[in-house]
Order: sequence, then structure tokens, then C-alpha cells
Amino acid sequence: MASIKPLAWPRIAWLPLAALVFAALIAPWLAPQNPYDLVTLDLLDARLPPGSHAGTGTLTYLLGSDEQGRDMLSAILYGLRISLVVGLAGSGGGALLGVPLGLIAAQVGGRIDGLIMRIADLQLSFPALLLALVLLALLGPGLGKVVLALIAVQWAYFARSTRATALVELGKDYITAARGLGLNPLRISLRHILPNCLPPLLTLLPLQIAAAINLEATLSFLGLGAPVTEPSLGLLMANGFQYLLAGQYWISIYPGIALLGTIMGIHIATGRRGAEYT
Amino acid sequence: MTTFLLRRLGHGLFVLLAMALLVFIAVYAIGNPVDLLVDPQADAADRARAIHALGLDQSLPRQFVAYLGHALRGDLGNSFVYGTPALSLIMERLPATLELAGTALFVAILAGLPLGLWAGTRQGPIRQIIDGLSLLGFSLPTFWSGLLLILIFAVTLGWLPPGGRGETHVLYGISLSIFTPDGWRHLILPASTLALFNTALLVRLVTRGTADGLTQEYARYAKARGLPPGQVLTGHVLPNILIPVITVLGLEFGSTIAFAVVTETLFGWPGMGKLLIDAIGTLDRPVIVAYLLVTTTLFVTINLGVDLLYMILDPRVRLGNSHG
Repeated sequence: MASIKPLAWPRIAWLPLAALVFAALIAPWLAPQNPYDLVTLDLLDARLPPGSHAGTGTLTYLLGSDEQGRDMLSAILYGLRISLVVGLAGSGGGALLGVPLGLIAAQVGGRIDGLIMRIADLQLSFPALLLALVLLALLGPGLGKVVLALIAVQWAYFARSTRATALVELGKDYITAARGLGLNPLRISLRHILPNCLPPLLTLLPLQIAAAINLEATLSFLGLGAPVTEPSLGLLMANGFQYLLAGQYWISIYPGIALLGTIMGIHIATGRRGAEYT
Repeated sequence: MTTFLLRRLGHGLFVLLAMALLVFIAVYAIGNPVDLLVDPQADAADRARAIHALGLDQSLPRQFVAYLGHALRGDLGNSFVYGTPALSLIMERLPATLELAGTALFVAILAGLPLGLWAGTRQGPIRQIIDGLSLLGFSLPTFWSGLLLILIFAVTLGWLPPGGRGETHVLYGISLSIFTPDGWRHLILPASTLALFNTALLVRLVTRGTADGLTQEYARYAKARGLPPGQVLTGHVLPNILIPVITVLGLEFGSTIAFAVVTETLFGWPGMGKLLIDAIGTLDRPVIVAYLLVTTTLFVTINLGVDLLYMILDPRVRLGNSHG
């Protein structure tokens, strides 16, 4: 296919993402305020526009403050941590569940293969958001539940990708040789097939992490994800929505920019530009 | 051809049955169905009566058969909140959701198809820019682009209302917004929000298909015959792109309905997605179950429709030498 010729991908493409991750890591030292410490919040400073000075103390609200008088920059840095951790845990968990299932399906074959892949097919025929919504409706809200829902949504992608690669590898001579040597199937699976399945999985993983961060934000925005005490970026945006209508845009828009930066940052860093969708 | 359709129909029914079973397991086997199905505010005597009436004192397989039987007759229980049948609550809200999703699809085609065709004939910076913009369209979460549109067009410029459905016109007992100017004013922002993802998808698909198609023998032959470039594009390249476009859009329509949940919540659009979020908030289980079964039925129907369209558009499928 005469596809679009990609631009030479610059070496510095991972810098924006690295900067965001680093900022999230050192958030406690970087943030002007601890947004979870209610003592430091001053309700008199609620919903101040960006650049305002705190009524008491020396703090400047660079990105404004929210309805509890919380510094938005601090809230965003801490929210970014939550979004990243939940996204990583969800996709990582999905990979930890999906990759072994894909290996088993490819190697064992027969009914087990049929069963695993039919479940994956059935699940993939439903939009991820709908599945996650249903699971959270049954499990109840909370970040742990969101991670569970993300794992349940994402394992199928990893299982399918692993199985497809593993089936190709299984047909190759070195596997026949390994079997001829009498190596046990578990060893063949882990030492010989799995390493060869890794390259496609490593391109899938960042995209799934981006999708997981996106989904977590959406669920939190709908009020089904992060608890009010630990707001992720999505929940920060939801909290600011009612004030956005009154023109106080900063409570919603700045966390949104951080969210968008993270998702775009992952896409840019991996040099993938949505090609997997078409 | 008939075999192909029957097989697809069989697959659809299997998906529906699987969903019914999953919902049954979730409601009856994992949790305590009494907690889920009987109003928590009911007293002990009411509970006992409800347990018997719901057949919860029977064995699980027997309960599943009874549940399927009720579902087939359209009885999915009463909403705890409204006290009316859950299914009719969903069906009342269905037209608003379909209207929103349908308009979104229409907007996506209207914007994505010409943009993709145009970008496909270009090389260099223009295509790179459109390529980059479509990546942005993918990456933006639905609620985020909706917020942005509300901020720009409703709050800052004040041109359009930030939410609600506006004036509706009743046609065959269904209220729709698309027949009144005020309805359109309310519809355009949520529909554009919902359309963004599909537009980006369409632009990429069509750009690539066009660029690819233009290098093919048939396109070069048409050009050599002296056809103007526009005619080569619309008469020869476009029909070949339409098959993947319809497949992808058909498959994405399910996602569009799922993401309507977000758009409806954001814009206060009174569709079934907003009803679902409200139902989750109030733990109104019968409504959640009804939403799931209705949505699944909708997906299965849409997929069948896509298969049918596919047959009409692609003679290879119609003439029956397909692999199904």
C-alpha cells in the first residue's frame, strides 16, 4: 500500500512525555501546595483566576484555584500522578492477563483456544467504554475498581496480538527443533516464543496505556472513577465544568491540557500516529 | 448470499444470548439479587413477597429460563426510581440518542469524506497537517472536545446554547429536534462533539484510500482516457473506498452510541445514555439491565445492516463466493 511517507521521527520526540512523567514523579517537591491537605486550603481563595495571589501567605495561583481554594497547578501535578498510575496499572494488568492467555491459546489450541478467543472476540465487539461502564455500575466507583475494569477491557487486545504472533512462531523450524530436543512446553513458551512476541507487544502497550488514561479520565468525568478526595485529571475537569459555564474556564481547561499533553505525548514518543485504527 | 446472511444472523443472536447470560450472572449469581432487584427501602414482608414474585426461591437454571422468557416479552422489571417498566423508560429515550448519533455520523461523513479525498490528492505539508490534526481528533477524549466547544461557542461567543434539547417536533409520536431551528441550535454542538472521532477516522481512511487508489491501474487508465481529475476521483476512486468506509462506520456506530453516554451527560441531552448514568448513580439496576439489552440488540441490528449494505456494494459478496 502506498502509505503516507512518515517524517523522519526526531530523537527528541520522547521529551514532552518524559517531562510530564518527571513532573508527576517529583510532584510533592514541585507542587506549591499539597492539594490533599485540607488545612492548607483557604475557602476564601476559591475560584481565583490564574496569576492571583493568595489572600494570606505568599502563594501565587499560577493556574488559578478551584472551588475549594486549591491551587490548580498542584492539583494537576497530583492528578497527573493518579492518571498515569491508573493507566499503567490497567494496561500492565491487561498485558499480564492477556499475554499468558494468548500464549496458552496458541500453544494448546483446540477447545481451550476456541474458548479464550471467542470470549475475546465477543468482548471486542463491544465498545470499551460500555464494558467499563457496566463493570463499574456493578462493582461501584473507586480507583481500584477502575483498574479492574481497565484490565477486563484490555486483556483481549493483548491476548489476540500474542496469539497471532505466537502462531507464526510455532510454525517455525526452531520450535520444531526445541520440541525435538524434548524441552518442556512451558520452557518453549517462555524462553522461545514469548521473546519473539515482545516486539509487537511493545508497540501495542504504549497505545493501550494512552487508551487506558483516556478511558479513566472519561469514567472519572462521569463520576464513576476517582473519588473526590483523590481527583484524577478527569475528575478535576468534571469539578470545573459547572464553573466553565460561568466563564471560569481554568478549573476545567488546564487539567484538560495536561491530559491531552499526556495522551499526545505517548503517541508522539512512540512515533505512532493513529495508524492502528485504519 | 442467504447462507451468509443466516450465518450473520446466527452470530448476532449468539451475541445477544451471551449478553443476556452475562447480565443474568452479574445480577443473579454473583451479587445477592434481592439487594439488586428489591427496593432497599422495602420492609421484610414486602421483601418476602417480592422474592417469591420474582421467582428468586427457584433454582438458577430455572430462574434463567424465566428471566429469558420475561425479557422476550419485553418485561425487564420496573425502575426503582420511576416505578415504571425499565424497558419503556429506555425506549422513550432511544429516539433522542439515535437522533444525536445519526446526526453525528452525518456530520462526520459530510466533513471527513471531502477532507480525506482532498488530502489524498495532495502530498507534502498539507497532508502532513491534516494527518496531524486527525491524530489530535483521535487523542482528544470526547468530553474534552465537548468542553472546548461549549467554552468557545456557548460561553465566549454566546452563539449556541450549552445544553438541553430545545424545541422538538412530534412525528409519529416521537419528539425530534431536527425539525425545528431551535432544535438544530441545540443539536449542533453535541453532534459535532460526538462526530469528532469518526471524522478523524474517516479522514485517515479516505486519505490513505485515495492516495492508494490514484496509483492503481484503473485510475491511471481513466486519467489516460482524458477524464478530468475530479471525475477520476468521484467516479472511479471513491466507489472503491466506499466499502471499507461503510464497514468502519458501521462498526463505529456502536462506539458512537456508547460515547453518546458522555456527550449526553455533558450537554444534558435527554437520551438513554444520560438515563444510564443517572441509573448508575441511583443504583437503578433494572434500568441498567434494560439499557444493556437494548444497546446489544441495537449493535446486532446495526452489524446486520452493515452486512446487507456490504452485499449491495460489493458484488463479490453478493454473488456468493465470499468466505463469510
